[in-house]
Amino acid sequence: MDFLNALVAFANFVFVPGLAYGAQLAIGALGVTLIYGILRFSNFAHGDTMAFGTAITIIVTTALTGLGVTFGPLPTALLALPIGIGATILLLLGTDWSVYKFYRQQKASPVILVIVSMGVMFVMNGIVRFIVGVREVNFADGERFLITAREFRTMTGLDEGLAIKTTQVITVVVAFAVMALLFWFLNKTRTGKSMRAFSDNEDLALLSGINPDWVVKVTWMIVAALATTAGVLYGLDKSFRAFTYFQLLLPIFAAAIVGGLGNPIGAIAGGFVIAFSEVTITYAWKKVLTYLLPEPLEPDGLVQLLSTDYKFAVSFAILIIVLLFKPTGLFKGQSV
Amino acid sequence: MNPAVKNTVLFSLVGVLLVGTGMTQGWNSALVILNMGLISAIMALGVNLQWGFAGLFNIGVMGFVALGGLAAVLVATPPVAEAWQAGGLRIIAGLVLGAATIAAAIVAQKRLDGRLRTLVTLVILIGGFFLYRAVFDPGKVAVEAVNPAVSGNLGGLNLPIILAWPLGGLLAAGAAWVIGKTALGLRSDYLAIATLGIAEIIIAILKNEDWLARGVKNVIGLPRPVPYEIDLQNDPGFVERAASLGLDPVTASTLYTKIGYAALFTIVLLIILWLAQMALNSPWGRMMRAIRDNETAAEAMGKDVTARHLQIFILGSAICGIAGAMMTTLDGQLTPGTYQPLRFTFLIWVMVIVGGSGNNFGAILGGMLIWWLWVQVEPLGLGLMNILSAGLAEDSALRDRLIDSAAHMRLLTMGLILLLVLRFSPRGLIPER
Repeated sequence: MDFLNALVAFANFVFVPGLAYGAQLAIGALGVTLIYGILRFSNFAHGDTMAFGTAITIIVTTALTGLGVTFGPLPTALLALPIGIGATILLLLGTDWSVYKFYRQQKASPVILVIVSMGVMFVMNGIVRFIVGVREVNFADGERFLITAREFRTMTGLDEGLAIKTTQVITVVVAFAVMALLFWFLNKTRTGKSMRAFSDNEDLALLSGINPDWVVKVTWMIVAALATTAGVLYGLDKSFRAFTYFQLLLPIFAAAIVGGLGNPIGAIAGGFVIAFSEVTITYAWKKVLTYLLPEPLEPDGLVQLLSTDYKFAVSFAILIIVLLFKPTGLFKGQSV
Repeated sequence: MNPAVKNTVLFSLVGVLLVGTGMTQGWNSALVILNMGLISAIMALGVNLQWGFAGLFNIGVMGFVALGGLAAVLVATPPVAEAWQAGGLRIIAGLVLGAATIAAAIVAQKRLDGRLRTLVTLVILIGGFFLYRAVFDPGKVAVEAVNPAVSGNLGGLNLPIILAWPLGGLLAAGAAWVIGKTALGLRSDYLAIATLGIAEIIIAILKNEDWLARGVKNVIGLPRPVPYEIDLQNDPGFVERAASLGLDPVTASTLYTKIGYAALFTIVLLIILWLAQMALNSPWGRMMRAIRDNETAAEAMGKDVTARHLQIFILGSAICGIAGAMMTTLDGQLTPGTYQPLRFTFLIWVMVIVGGSGNNFGAILGGMLIWWLWVQVEPLGLGLMNILSAGLAEDSALRDRLIDSAAHMRLLTMGLILLLVLRFSPRGLIPER
């Protein structure tokens, strides 16, 4: 009985939140890693791209709910998602044409592109704040819980309840669907193969007659879709604030680097590694240990390795450890 | 146009802007902008040293600035005797143990091989961590329990706060040595992310370790190098001199203290500028720039590029630490919550790039100009929004939205300036010679 309670507590406080957060980070990291692999710079504007996509989705969701359109038990935001993706595609293609193309043609060093992307980040942040303001927005509607803690307790008779929010389920399902779609695209379609070739070796790819402009455009479009999806999933799960996404940027970069920059599988693995580490290291294990250990060995203190204030510090510590010992990441990405 | 003439014109432009601010918005505002502008100019000098000499993209500047502020607290506040008795020694013992663990792990990494190495390192680190927590935690709890509303920390050395400035630089230099040893040698954008991460960690530590500097409860009432306004107002001699200039005591005292700070900051700025110019024109400076321009050739010639980069990283960070101590002195308080790693760092980068990367005078010009702009964008933006929305109806939603958003447009403006400068004038206002 106690072992089951420990397992349920673990699932409720560590496993399920970690899974959802990991899926959100994974999708974000996929976008970052694609840009790094194909366009060869770290895009600091990715967080605010996510914010922009989510902001547009929120506006369309508000319009749809105003018109009385709902999606049953699922959030209406999922219906608005394609429009958000469309708007973000336009934004990213516009940014590329007006800002990044110049530096690509000049073959500027990656550092310059990073500085430029920082400028773009602040411009996008300003646009998002202008569109949606800085207040907190909760746009998740529909059924809130798949199963509440109380229902679980009555069903199983255990002391610990396991609550699963619908947004968590949606996050995981959509994340895996998006990943599957992306991998199918990269492996089975001609454009996807061109992108992978371009990422591996630009000169040879050009020699094979691949159109670099088309590859770049498709990359930005896919990145727009990934960023918007990640942003909307995160916003549904927690809430939307214009400057939270910039804070998310840092764990996303950590996830991408830990997995290996330029490697999509690495981005996904990195996302889950970072998410689970953050949740595990900052969780107070007292409850779980109290269930598992016999009476005399029960812990007194919270048994929390690091306080929750250090959550972001955890992802950075992991990032730095990985950079010290395995700079190419877990799944050999492009070298440092 | 002769470079010297052009530079004089540009610096006079900054002077004109400040005088204009003084005349339209009051001399106190102008002096506030001047003081913070001088501090930003020093930070820009430090960043310029790292970027212009060595091409290092360090966006963790805020971490070093925060360490400078911490030094101000650790130097100038009086020690809390009760806290030292309660847990001071335990805390020090815990920290020493932590450092020893890391040192032992590094030794194990270097001396051993293969499986044994990983195993021993893990054992040392995990065992050391739990030992450190066992020793450190009770001390920390004891110290933080001592009168938490007023102190709850260990206090400092009770020395004059001016000493904190070079000591802040030293503290930042020490941190930069540790960080540089781990993060340098990585590619530029990895270095950027690593430095950003470390700045976040430093600021997280400052915010959470109450025993160090009271965390988010802030340390207020730091001693000052210039007299207090209230003391000046109560000094009859000063009041007389102010009256002879036609000023009332209150205004005169505030102007006097601000000018006092400005004088101190200018002295520090000139010293650092002189050192930086000497470095630029020395054989060492030429070597650093040659390494920056062609790293492969430099390595082929036998130059230890990483060691040189470490030197520059430490020097630039030390300068930022000094500026951080100065900033905390100016504020009179340490508020870790106000250190936002990316935004202020970004502002300093805009200063360096707009002013002219690789040129010390450019960095100073950029620092003062962009800081002035940063402060003035809000009133200017509001004015602009009012003009733009003048045609709209009084209660139109768009008009409200435009005016509300004027407050947030600072960063947008800075982003636009950065993009425009990088595109059309990448060498900046005063380019490298």
